[in-house]
Amino acid sequence: MAQPSQDVFAPWEDATEKPLIRFKNVTKRFGDFTAIDDLTLDIYAKEFFALLGPSGCGKTTLMRMLGGFEKPTTGAIELDGRDIVGVPPNKLAVNMMFQSYALFPHLSVYDNIAFGLKRGTMDKADIPGRVDEMLRLTRLQQFAKRKPHQISGGQRQRVALARSLAKAPKLLLLDEPLGALDKKLRQDTQFELMDIQEKTGTTFVIVTHDQEEAMTVASRVAVMDAGVIVQVATPDAIYETPNSTYVADFIGDVNLIEGYAAIKGNRAEITWAEGQPVITAKTDLKAGTKCTFAIRPEKVAITAEEPPENRANRVQGKVLDIAYLGNISTYHVELPDGKVIKAQTANDRRIARRSFTWEDPVWLSWTDTAGVVLTK
Amino acid sequence: MRRAFLILVPYIWLLVLFLAPFLIVLRISLSDPALAIPPYVPQLDAAEGVWPGIVNLVSQFDLENYAFLTGDDLYWKAYLSSLQIAVVSTFLTLLVGFPIAYGMARAPVEWRATLMMLVILPFWTSFLIRVYAWIGILGTEGYLNQLLLSVGVIDAPLAILNTNIAVYIGIVYTYLPFMVLPIYAALEKMDDSLLEAAEDLGCTRTSAFWLVTVPLSKTGIIAGCFLVFIPALGEFVIPSLLGGSDTLMIGKVLWEEFFSNRDWPVASTVAVILLLILIIPIILFQRNEQKQREMDG
Amino acid sequence: MRRFSWFNATSLTLGFAFLYLPMIILVIYSFNESRLVTVWAGFSTKWYGELLQNDAFLDAAWVTIKVGFWSSTIATVLGTMAAYVMVRGGRFFGRTVFSGMVYAPLVMPEVITGLSLLLFFIAIDLDRGVLTIVLAHTTFSMCYVSVVVSSRLVSFDKSLEEAALDLGCTPFDAFRSVTLPIIAPSVIAGWLLAFTLSLDDLVIASFASGPSSTTLPIKIFSAVRLGVTPEINALSTIMIGLVTVGVITASLVMKRNIARARLDEQRAAG
Repeated sequence: MAQPSQDVFAPWEDATEKPLIRFKNVTKRFGDFTAIDDLTLDIYAKEFFALLGPSGCGKTTLMRMLGGFEKPTTGAIELDGRDIVGVPPNKLAVNMMFQSYALFPHLSVYDNIAFGLKRGTMDKADIPGRVDEMLRLTRLQQFAKRKPHQISGGQRQRVALARSLAKAPKLLLLDEPLGALDKKLRQDTQFELMDIQEKTGTTFVIVTHDQEEAMTVASRVAVMDAGVIVQVATPDAIYETPNSTYVADFIGDVNLIEGYAAIKGNRAEITWAEGQPVITAKTDLKAGTKCTFAIRPEKVAITAEEPPENRANRVQGKVLDIAYLGNISTYHVELPDGKVIKAQTANDRRIARRSFTWEDPVWLSWTDTAGVVLTK
Repeated sequence: MRRAFLILVPYIWLLVLFLAPFLIVLRISLSDPALAIPPYVPQLDAAEGVWPGIVNLVSQFDLENYAFLTGDDLYWKAYLSSLQIAVVSTFLTLLVGFPIAYGMARAPVEWRATLMMLVILPFWTSFLIRVYAWIGILGTEGYLNQLLLSVGVIDAPLAILNTNIAVYIGIVYTYLPFMVLPIYAALEKMDDSLLEAAEDLGCTRTSAFWLVTVPLSKTGIIAGCFLVFIPALGEFVIPSLLGGSDTLMIGKVLWEEFFSNRDWPVASTVAVILLLILIIPIILFQRNEQKQREMDG
Repeated sequence: MRRFSWFNATSLTLGFAFLYLPMIILVIYSFNESRLVTVWAGFSTKWYGELLQNDAFLDAAWVTIKVGFWSSTIATVLGTMAAYVMVRGGRFFGRTVFSGMVYAPLVMPEVITGLSLLLFFIAIDLDRGVLTIVLAHTTFSMCYVSVVVSSRLVSFDKSLEEAALDLGCTPFDAFRSVTLPIIAPSVIAGWLLAFTLSLDDLVIASFASGPSSTTLPIKIFSAVRLGVTPEINALSTIMIGLVTVGVITASLVMKRNIARARLDEQRAAG
């Protein structure tokens, strides 16, 4: 997974750094429904922060509170050290890019971008220059006179971005900004977004349900579920060391094996099925407990021959199903007790030369650092 | 502040010019007629002070007019015959309107906008003129009788004008768009493959029509019927221009009670009772609309 | 495939004949030479000439247009406000009463509306004339306007208003510079509807008018009670003609706008 280029950019690890946005024990209820449940979160300046979760998890509500469109039921939200609860959206130095883009259909591209500037403190004479700058940034110069319905979906998305960036907000909120684009265009646009974020130095908070998108663009990802944040971490940390089965399962593909962990020093020995060898994995756990062992399919090696003895974990099974995805294949391997484990390999040779096929007996193996032991 | 202004302006307008007038009707319906200006008693006596005045006023209210109305044959018959005329003409409008809506929904797509406009156009032309047009047609020497006599279908002119039949024709004619449009809207949404599926499963075309098309246009039919029935019940212009002296409709009775007899309390009572009768179909209509919205939901 | 059968064709033909023949006959006989309206005696436009000499009709027409203009204009303002409150107002004290009052006049028999307004005008001692007709017409037509406008507002993307707020508009500025231009077609349609309803109304105007302020429908009604006359035929023809031209022009303009928008979209996609 791609990571923003500045590996050194990690203000969340610096205790002296002041966050730009601070949610303090924020709860939001709509009638009986609790959309946000006692949530605390810091977001730092210049971050590209992604709120990720299924629909109805509260991510959009969280963003709308930042934009001033909703008031928390209890708790405080600070922007740059100032409490913004109750400040109307037109008084906040926060701009939002709407999921529907919300381009004004009766105004040209130029007037859409100039709309916010005309209602700000900017000198009238400076507005055309600023609009041109935004048009250049989003490569829309030749469309300035068109109306929104006269341009394509991708161009509309860029107008929405230009319009929300024109006032140089401290914070830009993006609500599913790429949701309406087709897959190919979406991937190109992701890199364009990162580029623009870097160029302008604006803090971006993006809401998305697309985990790949979040992983691609964000410096940090908050995975949300039912109004709470389950985990906040960099994309690689979310993927490699999820803190719960929910996160492991939500991001990417994963094998989840339930069992009981016995602790031997810094490793766990997980008993998970009768007659099967225990799974050993490195862990910080101190005491034996019920647990779930999570391992990504690409970390499970699949071989026809018996793997060497020094592989920490080795099980035998037979191939149940093969999903050929072009660059990779996923094998569904059934173990003797009926449990199915997924293993993924890169198709670096021609498919005809594959050494096993349906019903073939195979070995699965992985090291003791390949998976994580989860207790949540 | 601005929100309050936005709410208050139309709110106060409606309170003053819709609700207050209606409360006055209610209040007069509880009073007695008198040879005075205004022609009813009791009046609020300002000399008594506001509150005692109101108490005294209310204590003199009675339901005498309501008792009078229920006791008098004329009003009973007027309400019943209004109901009868409204029901019959609603049914006739459905009979005429459904085939038109059905034909429109099956017409080629490129015609539909034009057909739709043709149905709406008469609605924009004066109601009064459309009713008036039938006087010339239905009269004893009218165009219809001239035509039928010259063809030889009849020997003596038919007396249609100034009968209930003319009222039915007038209602069907003027309210036809209200019936056609909701039914057309329902039929137009219908997926054609449903009919094909029904035929594929063994229906004849006729049974597919009755088993699929009609049930699916039910909400449109119900909406259309209410849109015709509700205004027809209180209709005044059509019975007074096309109906005869024996055509009893409650709108006409109210008008005459007020303008000819100058009996304000009775006219008000007639109005209150008409409204009570109308509340039931109005509530049913709103339920139907709500159901449709949920289905479209 | 939809099958357009002979039955469909017949019912459409008969249906539209039923809708249009009475009006066509009316138009034709307005050019009849004879005063006996049912006997054709040759082509003539003399009844139009006589109509234009009839001051009573011209005065009534002028009153009607004045009333129509003012009542539909006020009704459009109030109706748009009411629609906005109903769709966007959120909760407020007396909301149910409010929406009840907005919709009730739509189903209220005209005789009741007229009677109640007349009794109200008498109770507050307001002399009946043009003002009272305007008040009465405004009250019932604002409800039609609010229905037309609110059906547009319901389908209006709320995020457009939020975007305007987000970009620094006050709520009023957002309404003026974003919402209003977009819903303008429905506001205009509401105005036209209110205007037509006012021109057309007989019953409420009869209750609300005084002796000095007769509207055209009142005039026509009292003339028509005595039977068919060629002058009324001529007047009806003029009114039918105006409406037809108006509606057809409006629909052509709309059609052209839609076609242009479609062309634009094709160009954008291509």
